[in-house]
Amino acid sequence: MTTLEFTNVSKRYKVRGAGDMLALDDVSFTLTSGQTIALVGQSGSGKSTIAKILTQLERASSGEVLLDGEPIPHRGPGLRRYRQRVRMVFQDPFASLNPYHTIRHHLERPLRLDKVVPKDQVEDEVRALLERVRLDPDATIDRRPHELSGGQRQRVAIARALASRPELLIADEPVSMLDVSIRLGVLNLLADLQRESDLGVLYITHDLATARHFSDEIMVLHHGVVVERGAADSVILDPQHEYTRALRDASPDPDKHFAAGAASTARS
Amino acid sequence: MRFILRRLAFYAFTAWAAITINFFLPRMMKGDPVSAYLAKNQGKVSPEAIDSLRTLFGVDTDKSLFQQYLDYWGLMLHGDLGVSTSNGLAPVSDVIATALPWTLGLVGIATVLSFLIGTSLGSVIGWRRGSRADWAVPFATFFSTVPYFWMGLIVIAVFSTTLGWFPASHAYDKGTSPNWSWDFVGQVIAHGTLPALTIVVASLGGWVLGMRNMMITVLDEDYVTVAQAKGLHQRRVLTQYASRNAVLPQLSSFALALGFIVGGTLVMELVFSYPGVGKLLLDATGAKDYPLMQGLFLVITLAVLVANILADVAYAALDPRTRQMES
Amino acid sequence: MSLTTAPAASSTDDALASEPQRPRRVPAIGKSFAMFRNGKSLTGLAILGVFVVIAVFAPLIAPYDPLEKDFTALRQGPSAAHWLGTTHMGEDVFSQVVYGTRGVLVVGFLAGIIATFVAVLVGVAAGYWSGWKSESLSALTNVFLVIPGLPLIIIVASQYEDPPLILVAGVLAITGWAWGARVLRAQTMSLRNRDFVQAAKANGEKLWRIIAVEMLPNLTAIIASSFVGTVTAAVLGLTTLAFIGVIPITNLNWGTILFWAQQNGAFPDYWWWYVPAGLCIALLGMALSLINFGIDEYVNPRLRSAGERARAMRKKGLAMDGGVTEVRVGQGSAP
Repeated sequence: MTTLEFTNVSKRYKVRGAGDMLALDDVSFTLTSGQTIALVGQSGSGKSTIAKILTQLERASSGEVLLDGEPIPHRGPGLRRYRQRVRMVFQDPFASLNPYHTIRHHLERPLRLDKVVPKDQVEDEVRALLERVRLDPDATIDRRPHELSGGQRQRVAIARALASRPELLIADEPVSMLDVSIRLGVLNLLADLQRESDLGVLYITHDLATARHFSDEIMVLHHGVVVERGAADSVILDPQHEYTRALRDASPDPDKHFAAGAASTARS
Repeated sequence: MRFILRRLAFYAFTAWAAITINFFLPRMMKGDPVSAYLAKNQGKVSPEAIDSLRTLFGVDTDKSLFQQYLDYWGLMLHGDLGVSTSNGLAPVSDVIATALPWTLGLVGIATVLSFLIGTSLGSVIGWRRGSRADWAVPFATFFSTVPYFWMGLIVIAVFSTTLGWFPASHAYDKGTSPNWSWDFVGQVIAHGTLPALTIVVASLGGWVLGMRNMMITVLDEDYVTVAQAKGLHQRRVLTQYASRNAVLPQLSSFALALGFIVGGTLVMELVFSYPGVGKLLLDATGAKDYPLMQGLFLVITLAVLVANILADVAYAALDPRTRQMES
Repeated sequence: MSLTTAPAASSTDDALASEPQRPRRVPAIGKSFAMFRNGKSLTGLAILGVFVVIAVFAPLIAPYDPLEKDFTALRQGPSAAHWLGTTHMGEDVFSQVVYGTRGVLVVGFLAGIIATFVAVLVGVAAGYWSGWKSESLSALTNVFLVIPGLPLIIIVASQYEDPPLILVAGVLAITGWAWGARVLRAQTMSLRNRDFVQAAKANGEKLWRIIAVEMLPNLTAIIASSFVGTVTAAVLGLTTLAFIGVIPITNLNWGTILFWAQQNGAFPDYWWWYVPAGLCIALLGMALSLINFGIDEYVNPRLRSAGERARAMRKKGLAMDGGVTEVRVGQGSAP
């Protein structure tokens, strides 16, 4: 049972010529294994900043992040161990894989870096990872990213994240850049993997629908502030904050009929 | 505005670096011909000239290096570059001043002409990609790597010695002294045609190719498609939309190429015996006239710097994005 | 809100099946050299190859020693005995050109290697770091870019009576590294923010591995292009210096031939003496430029296909730059 506590975190960025920008303002949440929390918000709300702080690509300006009660080390072997336990899947499948290297390289590196398995078992482990994400190892392992489709690349990215056998997964808009028709497949894969490995998942998205489908709890972020949180169903069906209501109302409803000439956004 | 300030700061730094390198140059060189010269010509050199030569060349070792450096800056700010040993001890600044206008005129006009012609040609070739205009590319490639001096020699051999159309050397006829008569201007143009032609043709290829590549990249942009879809006249799309954007990186590379252009024209002046700073430098090197060499290096570097500033100003004027850096 | 809820397994299988499969396999080294696999690059490499062969096998190819004087055949035009004629001292011009290739290639490539090495060090470091470290390296690069190279080389080279080859190459390199460093810095800066670099960092890769294994392979095209450009500049610089007479004639290269030609009244009559050397310089430069164009087209695919697309469209009767969109009525087009 692993617990990540994100407590009263704020993040300031210096903007050239315009002073400071507050990206996160006193944000707190707790993520435990086996649980999925969705972080919903529009572009610029601070979602990616949270992801970057969790992977230590950025540091919080104030507040603390604790893993099992211990603060995250900033360097050294402690940071390495933290990075093995908390992994990220990036948003853009076209950019998050190095175009020069094969899929094998992408999956071998984390295995060797964290010494997950002994050297002679690395090849087998790479194949096992590919099978876990429902890709055919023989067809994929020697390819380069540009030879795969977006959905396949994202599966490789997920496999890379899982290589170190992490306890927590940060998925930063994992399906936003995929074709709509394959989004569900990738999300269901994530759900299955979570169940199998008892992962804690932070699912960052701007899409309320998938947030509800996929997670237990939803947090709504607006301009760096958490405006609403609660169980997925109650946040969607009975939003308290006006921003959440606006988000919900903005989702298209295929069952709604359009009156000729009127653009009604009321729910039926 | 911030953009210009940053660039000015950079240029100030580069000017300081150039002057400092110039200070160290003669001190890094072997031997001490200045002392030998001074020893031989004690009576002929004025005390002030001896002093400035000593400061420029570090002949006196009783002053600390830093003190010499400060004295050197004093000289620079007064425009005192010493006296030229191969030009009858005339002040270096005077000697350079006679030669500089010739170089500026020749190089300036020829380079700008080459840039304008090359860029226009390149944009038309890029516009008409896939057509017979593409045949110009291999030619342009070949001409862009022809060494300036060799082309100059060929041009002299063909147009001057064989055909006799143009004079082969110098800026004006022998025996004439510079004046502002039409006859003199005619002579200058006659003598300047071949060198200018050589510079233009030899550097044309580079501009054509660079502009063509930029045009092709720009023409794939959506805003060009929109302009065409709006029904704008083709020439308008070519000049106002496509070329306008493609020329910006060209300007940058123009500024960068200035140092290289200076090098090429130096040798040009040797080939044509054109009385500019290039020939002066080569003569000075042969005569081991160190004060003149040092002064020339400084002047040439500062001239390139000024040209870079002008190119930057032109860039800032043409590219509205640089004016919006603060927002 | 409704959501399409297909059974999980089959939607995944459908997704896999509908995703395009491409069976090409390219080994890692092959990918590095993919930039050379187009017409322009291959032509350039072929021409360069010819020069390299000439340089390596000079003693076998040249019929005479370059300084061998034949006083019975002064200033002769091309003939069976002397393919490119003779100089004012009866030396065989063809042999001189052949042996001159060595001087040009050795100094050119040496200068290119030194300059590119420095450019990679400075450029990649400046691109990866940020803040004052990057800015100061950038300022250093810009200073070297602005200071005109040839006057500096002339002054420095004229100091030495017989500068060793490595010094000549070194001085040429000092004036040539800055351009490559500037380009590399820009490229590295853009790479640094790419997701796959961030992912490597987030996975805990060490800095040197990120630069060497993740970033450098993506920079090979730029580095190659910079190397070729520097060699071109070095070749032109060397021959120019030799022509001026600043470099001693102990290093025989094409510029030296032109120096002798000019000093000994070869113009304009003895064309066989001065034309071949200059042509060789231009040809070598052109070969190197072609290689660079090939690399350019590889990096910027728009350049590659631009001409082809336009030609293909022309064949169909459509003008690429026509202002009017032609509407075609096809047979059997879907409603």
